[in-house]
Amino acid sequence: MNKPTPLRRSLAIQARVIGALLMREILTRYGRHNIGFLWLFVEPMMFTLGVTALWTLAGLNHGSNLPIVAFALTGYSSVLVWRNMPARLCGSIEPNLALMYHRNVKVMDIFVSRLLLEGAGATISFLILGIFFTSIGWMKPPEDIIKIMQGWFMLIWFGVSLGILIGAWSARTEIVEKIWHPAAYLLFPLSGAAFMVDWLPPAAQKFVLYLPMVHGVELLREGYFGSAVHAHYDIPYTAFLCLCLSLLGLAMLRIEGRRVTPE
Amino acid sequence: MIQISNLVKQYPTRHGPRTVLDNINLSIGAGEKIGILGRNGSGKSTLIRLISGAEQPTSGSIHRGISVSWPLAFGGAFQGALTGLDNLRFICRVYGASTEDKIPFVQEFSELGQYLYEPVKTYSSGMRARLAFAISMVVEFDCFLIDEIVAVGDSRFQEKCRIELFEKRKDRAMIIVSHSPGFIRAYCERASVLLDGKLTSFEQVDDAFRFYQEH
Repeated sequence: MNKPTPLRRSLAIQARVIGALLMREILTRYGRHNIGFLWLFVEPMMFTLGVTALWTLAGLNHGSNLPIVAFALTGYSSVLVWRNMPARLCGSIEPNLALMYHRNVKVMDIFVSRLLLEGAGATISFLILGIFFTSIGWMKPPEDIIKIMQGWFMLIWFGVSLGILIGAWSARTEIVEKIWHPAAYLLFPLSGAAFMVDWLPPAAQKFVLYLPMVHGVELLREGYFGSAVHAHYDIPYTAFLCLCLSLLGLAMLRIEGRRVTPE
Repeated sequence: MIQISNLVKQYPTRHGPRTVLDNINLSIGAGEKIGILGRNGSGKSTLIRLISGAEQPTSGSIHRGISVSWPLAFGGAFQGALTGLDNLRFICRVYGASTEDKIPFVQEFSELGQYLYEPVKTYSSGMRARLAFAISMVVEFDCFLIDEIVAVGDSRFQEKCRIELFEKRKDRAMIIVSHSPGFIRAYCERASVLLDGKLTSFEQVDDAFRFYQEH
């Protein structure tokens, strides 16, 4: 009796709902004043610019002759990806409960719209700054754009899967929210943003290479600097970890999605 | 037609699961108007949310053969930082309806005038309720779910709402949830009573009332 809605129609509905949520999110977060939705990438750009300026001024003793601007840009941009996606999803169900009075608005749609915005913001900011620094001569053009895209993709995958897990889990217990903030803060220095794995002693290398985002940054930097660096990464390992995180995240989303009670 | 079969809804509590709706069966045909009576906390709103699809049942099923509205006259989904118009746009986008041709109606019906272009957080509660009702009338459904039609605005506005909902849309099915007898008597052909999680249906509204009063 209960014929499921055909997939094609379901997809059309979902696209419509995500589009509506995107517009709502953009208006709510950035408003119509001053530069409006340009904040989407101006905000992450300001972070990256600030960090680049600080690292340049401090002359960051990174024990190599890598150009500092490119080093900071590749490093901090990747932090924005894996850190901001989970941060935006953490605790994002509760303030949106009232929206779920509308049958077609599901937790997944809220997650997807927020992930799209975070992903777009970080990517556009990375691209604009990269093109800008290259055009004024502060950076050389990248060696291998395909590798950069692969590295970026792995970082986004990690951010998305961790984000969904944390977002769904945070609806279950607020401990997740409490732990995520210090965890993100402590992970930053270990994430490979401010160092290359090759510079570390072997024992430390083994340790940081457990972290999936390190592999993404390494791959990204190999794509950027090419043979000037000796990158350490293991794509199958990272993909396997992201796949596990994705499955866990989607399972948690399914459990929590069913428990949602509009206020 | 809407077919509710063996519907059970439980909520976890500190003292184990609590059954709010216990094996509910009900069917609503096109154009039928059904009242659901129940005391405060009897699970009326839960039932309405389940029928609307906003919540998932613990077990059992709800088959929606016709389009079903969200629980009506509810104004909570407004984003305060957005204008009334932005909120209207959001609803239209979610339901795949066009917005621009709805603006004059919403502006006129909600009596908001230029306030439609101001953030909802600057509205009074009456203005919010009027906007909520006006927006509810923008998307057309075969069945409207009406949760405790609260007194929206002054008596003149209530009359407007009555005409819009019960006269202009009298061909639609409606499920009206209330603890006030008069309202259900005025609009419903039959009624059911929700008591201790069980739904008892009556062909005559008066029988339902007798049962409701006795328990």
